[in-house]
Amino acid sequence: MKYLCLIYSDETIWPKLPKAEAEKWMAEYMAFSESTQKSGHYVNANRLQGTHSATTVRIRDGKLSTTDGPFAETKEQLGGYYLLEAKDLNEAIQLAARIPGARVGSIEVRPIADLPVK
Amino acid sequence: MSEDAAGSARETVEAVYRADSRRVFATLIRLLGDFDLAEEALHDAFVAALEQWPTDGVPANPRAWLVSVGRFKAIDTIRRRARFDASLSELADRLEETGATAAGDDQLRLIFTCCHPALPPDAQVALTLREVCGLTTEEIARAFLTSPPTVAQRIVRAKAKIRDAHIPYQVPSHEEIPARLGNVLHVIYLVFNEGYSASSGESLTRRDLSGEAIRLGRLLADLLPEPETLGLLALMVLHESRRAARTTPSGELILLHDQDRSRWNRELIAEGLVLVRRALAPRPAGPYAIQAAISAVHAEAPDAAATDWREIVGLYDALLQTEASPVVELNRAAAMAMRDGPEAGLRLIDAILARGDLSDYHLAHSARADLCRRLGRSAEARVSYERALQLAKQEPERRFLERRIRDLGT
Repeated sequence: MKYLCLIYSDETIWPKLPKAEAEKWMAEYMAFSESTQKSGHYVNANRLQGTHSATTVRIRDGKLSTTDGPFAETKEQLGGYYLLEAKDLNEAIQLAARIPGARVGSIEVRPIADLPVK
Repeated sequence: MSEDAAGSARETVEAVYRADSRRVFATLIRLLGDFDLAEEALHDAFVAALEQWPTDGVPANPRAWLVSVGRFKAIDTIRRRARFDASLSELADRLEETGATAAGDDQLRLIFTCCHPALPPDAQVALTLREVCGLTTEEIARAFLTSPPTVAQRIVRAKAKIRDAHIPYQVPSHEEIPARLGNVLHVIYLVFNEGYSASSGESLTRRDLSGEAIRLGRLLADLLPEPETLGLLALMVLHESRRAARTTPSGELILLHDQDRSRWNRELIAEGLVLVRRALAPRPAGPYAIQAAISAVHAEAPDAAATDWREIVGLYDALLQTEASPVVELNRAAAMAMRDGPEAGLRLIDAILARGDLSDYHLAHSARADLCRRLGRSAEARVSYERALQLAKQEPERRFLERRIRDLGT
């Protein structure tokens, strides 16, 4: 079963970090990725550019509308994700708890819907 | 088989249903991995028992028989559905391979699933009462003064999350237990409290709910005798021991101080005292164990005047160390008033109220009113009783406050 772990945090804190601190976080993320690759839980992961770069697209009455910014203004923003393989929600929660961002922000764990195989 | 034997077999089916149907259900959920399928299988198994036991005799192990029949009935159901959905036939094959062993801790798995922290709190309570205790949706709705469709919706949504997010039927691993057990105990305690002191409505207590909570507590204490599990069970049985003395025949509230202690249930007290000692053995003691210890001090006092208030204040201090909350502070203040006199208690309660933490909590105002009354400060007492009356939602409590206001005179 695959779970998408969405990493949310207050994105304004990251640019303010001293260089050494930022490198430490980087290293922790690398370590988490490597360890989940070794254990076979890792499927995919990416960090996202900040919400300043976000564009929201809609089609209404057949017309395309694009607006600047994320879909919703929130205190914590989506900053990246891990797609992980876990045997059930308990294992997914254990894994998500090890994502470094869990200590400053929050991780939303969402099961991937299986499409019925025809 | 004679008429008599057939009749007694029917009675056996009923008795097994009352005693064991939820255990059979828990095992079927583990085997089938689906609440609704297990519910149907349980029903089919008991229908089969009613048909077969009166003629064939009662099987040696009725529970194992029911699990096995329920499982086969479910496989039949899946096979029938598999004609329309090919993926189900694989499930049926898999079910036929796994044996129908009845494990003792299936109910424990089910409790941990129903009380999973990924489910909303009100759904955890509803699901536990429905699936583990076997209460109907109507009974749960009545107990929590909400409508059956609301309860049904909570349960349906919770089951959908269990299925879609793959919440497993599993007792958490040893490392996870500390994080997960607390939630299970909290759900059981919520059910107990709603039964012991209903938050609103006509009646002071709802005995069926506290009975269910104690049943769950005993089950958990049996299967997972962690100190806090024993502490919670001790707390519940010690509270329960006072039930008969807490109200007058007409349903009016009697405070602990004024209760006829000869009406306390000695059997429950004896059970509670043994449990408290076991719960307190490992240090530091947890919050349920400490609260049970406070209840035990009351249980051991022959009358209100002989209560060891020094010990109780000490236990509240310990409780504040592990679980600080304004309500615990309020209870400690009331104990201080008994130990050092009303003025000492009043100073503490005024400090808590001044912080604004409990300004909407009726018991804070009625505790303040009571201390003012004992100090002869009637005008202040009246103001606080009236504030408490504005906030109280339960009828017997409201009548109690009204009596107190009347007794103050004019």
